[in-house]
Amino acid sequence: MAIRTAITRRITSSSSGSILFNSRSMSSWWGNVQPAPKDPILGVTEAFLADPSPDKVNVGVGAYRDDNGKPVVLDCVREAERRIAGNLNMEYLPMGGSNKMVEETLKLAYGENSDLIKDKRIAAIQALSGTGACRIFADFQKRFSPVSQIYIPVPTWSNHHNIWRDANVPQRTFHYYHPESKGLDFALLMDDVKNAPNGSFFLLHACAHNPTGVDPTVEQWKEISYQFKVKGHFAFFDMAYQGFASGDPERDAKSIRIFLEDGHLIGCSQSYAKNMGLYGQRVGCLSLVCEDEKQAVAVKSQLQQLARPMYSNPPVHGALIVSTILSDPDLKQLWLKEVKGMADRIIGMRTSLRENIEKLGSPLSWEHITNQIGMFCYSGMTPEQVDRLTKEFHIYMTRNGRISMAGVTSGNVEYLAKAIHEVTKAA
Amino acid sequence: MSDHSTSVFAQIARASEDPILGVTVAYNKDSDPSKLNLGVGAYRTEEGKPLVLNVVRQAEQKLVNDPARVKEYLPIVGLADFNKCSAKLIFGADSPAIQENRVATVQCLSGTGSLRVGGEFLAKHYYEKTVYIPSPTWGNHPKIFTLAGLSVKTYRYYDPATRGLDFQGLLEDLGNAPMGAIVLLHACAHNPTGVDPTLDQWDQIRKLMRSKGLLPFFDSAYQGFASGSLDADAQSVRMFVADGGECFAAQSYAKNMGLYAERVGALSIVCKTADVASRVESQLKLVIRPMYSNPPLHGASIVATILKDSNLYNEWTVELKAMADRIISMRKQLLEALQARGTPGDWTHIIKQIGMFTFTGLNAEQVAFMRREYHIYMTSDGRISMAGLSSKTVSHLADAMHAAVTGVA
Repeated sequence: MAIRTAITRRITSSSSGSILFNSRSMSSWWGNVQPAPKDPILGVTEAFLADPSPDKVNVGVGAYRDDNGKPVVLDCVREAERRIAGNLNMEYLPMGGSNKMVEETLKLAYGENSDLIKDKRIAAIQALSGTGACRIFADFQKRFSPVSQIYIPVPTWSNHHNIWRDANVPQRTFHYYHPESKGLDFALLMDDVKNAPNGSFFLLHACAHNPTGVDPTVEQWKEISYQFKVKGHFAFFDMAYQGFASGDPERDAKSIRIFLEDGHLIGCSQSYAKNMGLYGQRVGCLSLVCEDEKQAVAVKSQLQQLARPMYSNPPVHGALIVSTILSDPDLKQLWLKEVKGMADRIIGMRTSLRENIEKLGSPLSWEHITNQIGMFCYSGMTPEQVDRLTKEFHIYMTRNGRISMAGVTSGNVEYLAKAIHEVTKAA
Repeated sequence: MSDHSTSVFAQIARASEDPILGVTVAYNKDSDPSKLNLGVGAYRTEEGKPLVLNVVRQAEQKLVNDPARVKEYLPIVGLADFNKCSAKLIFGADSPAIQENRVATVQCLSGTGSLRVGGEFLAKHYYEKTVYIPSPTWGNHPKIFTLAGLSVKTYRYYDPATRGLDFQGLLEDLGNAPMGAIVLLHACAHNPTGVDPTLDQWDQIRKLMRSKGLLPFFDSAYQGFASGSLDADAQSVRMFVADGGECFAAQSYAKNMGLYAERVGALSIVCKTADVASRVESQLKLVIRPMYSNPPLHGASIVATILKDSNLYNEWTVELKAMADRIISMRKQLLEALQARGTPGDWTHIIKQIGMFTFTGLNAEQVAFMRREYHIYMTSDGRISMAGLSSKTVSHLADAMHAAVTGVA
């Protein structure tokens, strides 16, 4: 309202003056724009970078670090880049992205010898990493299932809420994390699945749940899949950590394979940000399993219709790296070895962190550190305890108590353990 | 028990081909050796080959050989150096708006991404939800703004009778727009017509827009590519910034740096004050985060490497001018070829229009005829990409146009 009044005032003053309108007398159109809150995850790194303390530790954003706390570019990636540089032109990819990269990516999720791939029943496009894949799916869901909602686990990666909100898809939640055991609340999860209306859309983390690191067991996944059959629910898997969780990509895709065996027509978001270390390249894939090839062609064409007005066609560089690596058996082997190396280092750090805290005589149980899997540990610390970690110890993490294990090194694990013990011992 | 094997998307119909990108799809399927792709606006050399600029190759080598380079996430707003350099490129290094920190610049996915992010920001934060786009315009513009949450109207732009600007129509339509409406302006080398206002006409447009508080949203996809001069091609934008008012500018490096598939671009919002610019930037992040979190690293790194190095920058301006010059030469050659054949009609618009495209004035039937009989591919609105022509292929095109004009209504 205030803006309209301001404009009326401007109109009056200019109509009484000359035709040459003096813009300097106008105030900004954006005067009422509020400063946005910092992104809870990415804001942590900003704060970390601004901290001058030599002891500072960043266990905030989920980006892998080696044991020296340094970011890593995988050898297989460096080699792929050497082969790519100088060789190819930069013509637009098709709207659906690099076919070669998509083909290789589907094999990872669905299996090398998947019949679904052979029968061309999967509609798939290259996407802007996991975020982009989820967003295109959310837009697609809005367009083609306009009355549907999305069931999102509690907790989840905070950006999931932003994505489906901006796609205008209403959100509901389902029970997931059990704070008392720092594990899965399987009973309430199943209740929520049963109580949701038939044919509901669910967002599932395929492995290495973010932020809790708590995954269902194979048996639990089978039960979830069965109940989804009974209810006719739609399963959308966000798989951002394949290979990164256990070190074995096949094992990490087990949840998806269980659902496929049961005949579910799933959707899937895949990201190469972590498992290939291609974070800034924004490489991922969105796929939807269809009844037949004809439907897959139709669905893919519609996915492209959503990509076109967002970015026209996806960036080529990261896709080239992926397809170069995955289509060369030697490079692929090297990648598998490097992924396992990253996963093993994290598993090692989990053990080390837990042992160090226990050594200090903590009254609390820390077995969840080694029970949980993937990049993150849901420590169970409160926001106030996290704030103390930051203020007193210059340790940076998100206020939900999520620790990025990738940021833990043999150099800082003792310091981190000491700090955690300090802020939790009175709890 | 529900039948879980029926897809929830079973009713979905196949979408029709994108009118522009679909041309290349059809071209690729054609096996005739004389085929010519004048569809999508991607530069081709005299030999008909795509071109990667020398400066880009050099920048790539620098990047690949730098062992300190990592692939970490960029900030949501993108690469800081890239953003600074991009703002200077479009607004001028000495622009007061930049010096006063009044410009919020975010790296986006080429022109499309910049327009979409800007559109979504407007849908969230601006009180006027209508954007006026010129008629005609790039086919993707209406879709971008619609999906961003804005409603789209048009203003008169192209005059088929003169094959030039319908200036009176433009002024009338913008004059009738509601106060504060958003107006999309092609900074130079209008796509698809190649028809640009003169500087004097731009000034009149500016005055009209400022008197009605219309918000300028520039799409700058061809800076340097149109005239060969980066500064000349930015005059329209700089004129609007010079009067102290606010505006949006979407930049693309797809054509002028040949980085098409890397998806490199920037959205700049020129604000009244530094404080406003800072708040605007923070809100832009909230638009970007749920779309793709942060932009791709590679292309922006190449651009920043080139723009920050004065030798590479100078080399770039030379390569850019060469591309622009070749296109200008193709225009001349096509006109001469048509005149030599005595093709009926006035074809001088071919050299009056500027940039990558010529709006030939051919109708859909003539376009289809040329595809069938001569294997020439263009969009059905008669737009041809001059970048796809070479001295060797000009006569084939002229033959086809001549046949179409004389034989097909």
